[in-house]
Amino acid sequence: MTDMDKAAASGPASLLREAADPQPGDAYADPDGTLAQAAGEAGEAGEASPASAPSPDEQDRLDPVILAVDEAEEAGAGTGDTAEYIASGGDWDDIAAAQQARGDETFVVNMGPQHPSTHGVLRLELELDGETVVQVRPSIGFLHTGIEKNMEFKTFAQGTAFVSRMDYVAPMFNEAVYCLAVEKLLGVKVPERADILRVLVMELNRIASHLVAIGTGGMEIGALTVMTIGFRERETILDFFEALCGTRMNHAYIRPGGVSIDLPENGLAQLRTVIEWLHKHLPEYAGFCNENPIFKGRMCGVARLDLTACMALGASGPPLRATGYSWDLRKAQPYCGYETYDFDAITWDTADAYGRFRIRQSEMWESLKIVEQCYDRLERTAGQPVMVDDPRLCQPGQLTVGPDGQGNSFSHVKKVMGQSMEALIQHFKTVSQGFSVPAGQVYAAVESPKGELGCHLVSDGGSRPYRIHFRDPGFNHLQAVPAMCEGAMMSDVIVAVASLDPVLGGVDR
Amino acid sequence: MTVSSESAALAKPGQPVLVATRKGLWSEGPGDVSGYGGVERPVFRHLRSGRPLGGWFDEVADRLVCLVPALGGDCFGVDRDELTVYVPRDLLPDVVAQCRDDAWLRFEHCVSVSGVHYPDEPGAELHSLYHLLSITYNRRLRLEVTCPEADPVIPSVVKTYPMADWHERETWDMFGIRFAGHPHLTRILMPDDWQGHPQRKDYPLGGIPIEFKGAQTPPPDERRSYS
Repeated sequence: MTDMDKAAASGPASLLREAADPQPGDAYADPDGTLAQAAGEAGEAGEASPASAPSPDEQDRLDPVILAVDEAEEAGAGTGDTAEYIASGGDWDDIAAAQQARGDETFVVNMGPQHPSTHGVLRLELELDGETVVQVRPSIGFLHTGIEKNMEFKTFAQGTAFVSRMDYVAPMFNEAVYCLAVEKLLGVKVPERADILRVLVMELNRIASHLVAIGTGGMEIGALTVMTIGFRERETILDFFEALCGTRMNHAYIRPGGVSIDLPENGLAQLRTVIEWLHKHLPEYAGFCNENPIFKGRMCGVARLDLTACMALGASGPPLRATGYSWDLRKAQPYCGYETYDFDAITWDTADAYGRFRIRQSEMWESLKIVEQCYDRLERTAGQPVMVDDPRLCQPGQLTVGPDGQGNSFSHVKKVMGQSMEALIQHFKTVSQGFSVPAGQVYAAVESPKGELGCHLVSDGGSRPYRIHFRDPGFNHLQAVPAMCEGAMMSDVIVAVASLDPVLGGVDR
Repeated sequence: MTVSSESAALAKPGQPVLVATRKGLWSEGPGDVSGYGGVERPVFRHLRSGRPLGGWFDEVADRLVCLVPALGGDCFGVDRDELTVYVPRDLLPDVVAQCRDDAWLRFEHCVSVSGVHYPDEPGAELHSLYHLLSITYNRRLRLEVTCPEADPVIPSVVKTYPMADWHERETWDMFGIRFAGHPHLTRILMPDDWQGHPQRKDYPLGGIPIEFKGAQTPPPDERRSYS
C-alpha cells in the first residue's frame, strides 16, 4: 500500500503522528531493534486505530464531504483539541461551514502529489488554521525511480544517460558532476575544447533552468506572461541543444573523458542567434516583474530564510546567496576551468523569495556573459579534440554524424572494419563491456542552478559503479519548507516552494 | 549515548581490506587485445595514509586528534586529494560536534550522507559516509563510519547538523542503518510499508526480460557481467 492509499484509509492523523510517535532515540541501547522497526513502520500504527469507522449515528450527523471525524483517536493520541478531516471533493464553502459549525481551529489539507504548484509530484501536508499554516510537512518519494541502484548494473559510459534523467530541468549539470566524479577516479584531464563545451552547455542550461524557475514560479502567483515568455526563451536554448546533440532534454552529452560530439557545422552561427535572442529578450523579465507591485507584494518578505537558517539547513545556491553570503562553487572550488572566465557571483540581501528571484535573473546575465566568452574560445579552438585521447576510454572512432544525418561516417566505419581487427575488437569491448575505473571513492560537486549538486562515487575497480549517490540540492532544500512557511499564509507556501525551485526528478532520483 | 558492550567490540571502523587483484584491461588471459593484458592492480579499500598527509590535511588531522584523542593517529586516508577520516561509531557525535564548532575546523555543512554496503566485510558491512564542507576555510572532509549488519546502528548527527535529517532518513530507507537519536527516522523515498532496503547488495534489482522477435534479453541484473 502506498503512502497515499494509507492516507485515504486511515486519515492524515496517522501521517501526522509519524513525527509524534515514540522514536528510536533509545534504539541504540535496544539490541533486538524492535523500536527502530516500530519507527520505520510508524505510519501503519494509525491503521489499527478505530479512526476510519465512525459509528452509524455519527455517520448521519456528518456532512457528506467530511469522510472521517475522529474523536476517539484524538482522545487516545492526546494530540490536542483538534479533530481531523478528510475532504475529498465537494464545495469548499460546505467544508468550511462544517468545520466552522464544529468549532475546530485547524484542518489538514493535502497539497499534491498532483498539484500544479508543487513542481512535480511533491506532496505537502498542510495543517491550516483558517488560511494560516500551522504546520507543513513535505512528503517526497513519488518519483523515486531507483536511478542509483540501476546505475550499479550499467557501465560508466551508460551512466550519463541515467543521470541526465534525474533533474530533467538541468540535465547538463547531472552529467557534468557525474563525469567529473568518474574522471577524478580515472585521473584523466579532458581536452580544453571539451571543457569549453561543457561550460557552454552548463551555462545555457543554467539560463534555461532559471527561466523555468522564474516562469513557473511566476505562473503560480498569477503572472502567466512570465511563464509564456520564459518557455519561449528556453525553447531557443533547447533548439541549440537539439542541434548540438540531437535531443532537447535527456542529452547524455557530457561523457566521461569529454563530450559526445563537437559543435555542428553551423553551431557557432546558431549560438550567435541564441545569444542575440537572449540579449534582446532577457530585459523583459526585469520590465515585467522587478517593480511590479503585485509581484513584489507576493514575493517580498515571503519565505524568509536568513543566514543562520541557511547554515543550519544546509542551504546552498540562490537561497544562500539571497542572504548576502557570496558562496558559489564556480568561484570557491572551480571545475571545468571556471576560474578562467570573467563573471560575478550574484548576491542579494533580503533573504526572501524576491531576493532569490532577483538572483536568478542576474545570474542569467552572468551566464550569458560566460556563454559569450565560450563563443570566442570555441572560435579559437575549432578543430581541436573534444574527447580525451586515451584508447582505453574512448571509442576508436568518435561518433560522427554522416551525410544522412545519423550514425558513424562511412569513412570511419570502413577504416575500422576493413583495416584494423584490433580497433574493431577494441570498439566492441568499449561499447559492450565498458572501461574499468580504478578502485576508490570520490565526491565531486558542481554549482547547479539550484545549489550544490554532489556525486559520491565508489568504484571497486570494475566497469560499473559499485555505489553512486547524488546529493540533489532540491532534496536538501525541501527540508527548509517548514521553516519558511509555518506561521505564514497558505498562498505563501506556493511562493516558498517555487523560490526553492526543486525538481522532483532530482529530489527523488 | 553509548554503544552496548557487545556491539562496541564490533564497532571498529573497517580496516584496510585487500579485496581482489584485477588483471588486464578487459578480461584476464589472451582475450585481452588492448595491450594492457599484463597489468595487475591490487584493489584495496579503506587504505590509511601515513604522515605527512599533505596540505591542510595535516592541520585538520592534528586538530581532530587533539580534540578527540580516542580517534588515534591511524584513522586518516588521503585518496585523490580527498581526506577521509575513519571514525568509530561511538565517537561520531563527538567528532561531528567538534568539526562544526571548533574554530580551526568549522565544517558548517554536512552536505550529504551516503551509505555503502560491503557484504564481504564481516562486522562492518554497512558504511555511512558524511561529506562535510567548511565554507569558512573552503575545505571538504569525509567521515566514514561502519556498523555490522547484525547491529545496524549509528548515532545520528542531526543534533549537530539539522540538514542531515532527510539524508539520514534516506540512508535508513536505502540501507537499513538506524540512526539512533534521529527525531523521526521513517522511510522517505520508498513507501512506508516497504519491505527491505533496496540499495543493499543482496537486494535484487528486479526487472523483466526484454522480448525481441525471435530472441530474448534477460533483465539487467541477470545479464553477463564483466566486472
